[in-house]
Amino acid sequence: MQLVLEKRAERSRTIALVSPLIAIGLTLVTMSVLFALLGKNPITALGVYFIAPLTDGYSLQEIAVKATPLVMIAIGLSLCYLANAWNIGAEGQFLIGAVAGSWIAVKTQGTEAGHWVLPAMLLAGAAAGALYALIPALCRVKFGASEILTSLMLVYVADLLLDYLVRGPWRDPAGFNFPTTAEFDPVATVPLLIEGGRLHLGSIIALIVVICAFVLLDRTIKGFEIRVVGVAPRAARFGGFNANQLVLVTFAISGALAGLAGIIEVAGPIGHLQPGISPGYGFTAIIVAFLGRLNPVGILIAGLFLALTFIGGEQAQITMKIPLDVTKVFQGILLFYVLACDSLILYRFKLVFAARQVQSGAG
Amino acid sequence: MPDPALAHPAPVQPLLQTVGLTKRYGDFLANDRIDIEIVPREIHALLGENGAGKSTLVKTIYGLVQPSGGELRWQGRPIKLSGPSEARSLGIGMVFQHFSLFDNLTVAENVALGLDGKEPLRAVSARLADVARDYGLPLDPKREVWQLSVGERQRIEIVRALMQNPKFLILDEPTAVLTPQEADQLFIVLERLKQEGRAILYISHKLDEVKRLCDTATILRGGRKVATCNPKLETAGSLARMMVGSEIKEVKPSAERRTTVPRLVVNDLTLQPAELHGVRLQNISFELKGGEILGIAGVAGNGQDELFAALSGERLVKEPGTIIIDGIACGNLSISERRKMGAAFVPEERLGHGTAPRMRLSENALLTGHAAGDMVRHGFINAAATLRTVDRTTETFDVRKAKRDPEAASLSGGNLQKFVVGREILRQPAVLVVNQPTWGVDAGAAAIIRQALIDLASAGAAVLVTSQDLDELIEIADRIAVMFHGRLSAALPRMEATREKLGLLMGGASLDQKEAAHATRA
Repeated sequence: MQLVLEKRAERSRTIALVSPLIAIGLTLVTMSVLFALLGKNPITALGVYFIAPLTDGYSLQEIAVKATPLVMIAIGLSLCYLANAWNIGAEGQFLIGAVAGSWIAVKTQGTEAGHWVLPAMLLAGAAAGALYALIPALCRVKFGASEILTSLMLVYVADLLLDYLVRGPWRDPAGFNFPTTAEFDPVATVPLLIEGGRLHLGSIIALIVVICAFVLLDRTIKGFEIRVVGVAPRAARFGGFNANQLVLVTFAISGALAGLAGIIEVAGPIGHLQPGISPGYGFTAIIVAFLGRLNPVGILIAGLFLALTFIGGEQAQITMKIPLDVTKVFQGILLFYVLACDSLILYRFKLVFAARQVQSGAG
Repeated sequence: MPDPALAHPAPVQPLLQTVGLTKRYGDFLANDRIDIEIVPREIHALLGENGAGKSTLVKTIYGLVQPSGGELRWQGRPIKLSGPSEARSLGIGMVFQHFSLFDNLTVAENVALGLDGKEPLRAVSARLADVARDYGLPLDPKREVWQLSVGERQRIEIVRALMQNPKFLILDEPTAVLTPQEADQLFIVLERLKQEGRAILYISHKLDEVKRLCDTATILRGGRKVATCNPKLETAGSLARMMVGSEIKEVKPSAERRTTVPRLVVNDLTLQPAELHGVRLQNISFELKGGEILGIAGVAGNGQDELFAALSGERLVKEPGTIIIDGIACGNLSISERRKMGAAFVPEERLGHGTAPRMRLSENALLTGHAAGDMVRHGFINAAATLRTVDRTTETFDVRKAKRDPEAASLSGGNLQKFVVGREILRQPAVLVVNQPTWGVDAGAAAIIRQALIDLASAGAAVLVTSQDLDELIEIADRIAVMFHGRLSAALPRMEATREKLGLLMGGASLDQKEAAHATRA
């Protein structure tokens, strides 16, 4: 008797929807074991992680705030991944976007500059992210360099550039030598949606991005091009689509969204540029994109769920002294299960009873 | 129907027997209680359309597929095969339709890889040369596979099988890739193997071949055995009826077809291959008028795919005037721009090239329909228009499918091919370039597709058909040219294009004459 994977005739649409849920279920089981090994009560720990943050208004707002960059970045990444372009460097594009936007904020600091500052910052952030993403894209198209490696390596370049700027030229003179810029002026800050709350305009922008991505993928010829290049490259070329050009386009869109998310984060919840503005949004967004089945609506839900793990992780650290790194372990396990469960969309398990005994003597 | 016992008056112990052999894939019965007996000194044909269950049956006999029910018997004893190596150790050999050879290795290295033993390469090489010489299958063990023709590659597979000294050899559509002359040479080898007391199971759907060569024929249809008979006592018609289960519609050429102006002109097309070991196109020139069907014959791998890529615009050529569609030089224009000019293309590979397998038919209609027509407006997809194409194709070409808009991969080969050809024909193209229009398609669907091509030409379009099936070309083409090593022969009018002449050209003969013709034209 053996267990084999058998190919399905058609993709199972049920499993396509259920697979992320199975993955989450398996992750929760694994986490329970992990909590038990850490000497914590698994039920209490999971409660702190996943239930408690949903019970008060402040945490709910905080979830939306954390989900905003995750969703925006993941939407861009999903376009890349659908088109078979592997952008792993969204973290770097996020940082570069933050740097470029902050440049305008720093230069206009204390001047009479009016309400054009914030829109200009957002544009600069998006443009910088797009240009930064085009570097690995061009390297792939022109020289055949693996965009997986180059995009990832550029993350560290962006990280160190940001570090240099806030420790050197852009450091706040009145900041007691802390590596940070001065607080941005009000005209350079993303407005809050609720007075005194945490929710800001960025969440609305993220929602608009989700809707635009849905329309793009479902209704436009460009979206069709993105989908067909990924699943059937030869048919796409026969259809008249240029895969190389699409690598550039999807990387640019993805970089723009990551850069926009970066500057929104800096000009919104944080309010100034400093090292460590991202707890790894660009990498977590990869999980969000796959957990959301590379589908805009799925990504919105997955982004909120992953944001929940950030908030829950912080609370678990405070109330139960569970290290924050456990959150990262959780996210890693989740991605692992998501990818594993995805094979069930095209395959199914089957028990095979076969006598493998050979009865022949001829030879 | 003659009694099979009459063909073998003396009761001979069967070498291989299947008793009620059944293979089930999910709800689908690929083989349904099949009984076959194969005796030594016999060439046994396995006839059937695509999807009749021939491949499943031989894969079961070769140990690649485990049966769901029934029994295999070898020399009277029941056996269970866990894999091909066990089948080989019993004395069962197989030559596949699709070769499994490494292009960059030599003949001897390829053969050594396929043998189970630990024989040193030099010994393999020597034995290979012996066997090859012995059977009149000339092969140089030291040559690399990419340098060899398709016929020579098949020889490697046959010699590899023969080196294991099989009692029973399975050949899957061996002549599909051969010229008529090469096929004749193969038949001599097969006769010799038979005389040596071996048994051969010969899979084919070419009926005259089977009538000529085989002693017994088993006919499968829809996974079941329909009959076992002596093909020499049957007519091609009666065999075809058993295969298909009904009469096949004859393709009727339209009574009057007037040729008009040249609609597709190719001027001295020379193109380096895009891939390693690809074929270089050399000085290809032809002119195709409206109302005309030009057939391109040739053994696969002689540049047909490269020519298709250049004509369709999947690969561009520098000099625009090399390819002229309806008077417009378009060698450097993309496939979408050529479609806008009224050209349409059908590649050989239905799944993955002609369609995206895991996408719905409406999306696959969009794949080739987005450049011209009303499917896209201001960048937005008109879903109703794409579905309309699906519905019209379904209606006009009798595409059978489970639901209105299924995934392309869920259609059978014949139905998907009808869709792929139909979606282009419904655009009423000025020029249609089609590669292997009925490859792996059942007879009914093939007739519908050929008729559609003829009707399209009658309506004034220029149609270029590339095919390995000579009968098909002789049936529908007005003129036939042959591709060999990246060159195209002058086109012969249908009346002069006999199988013998075409066969010679396919083997590379009389190229000099052709080059002379070139020189005088220039």
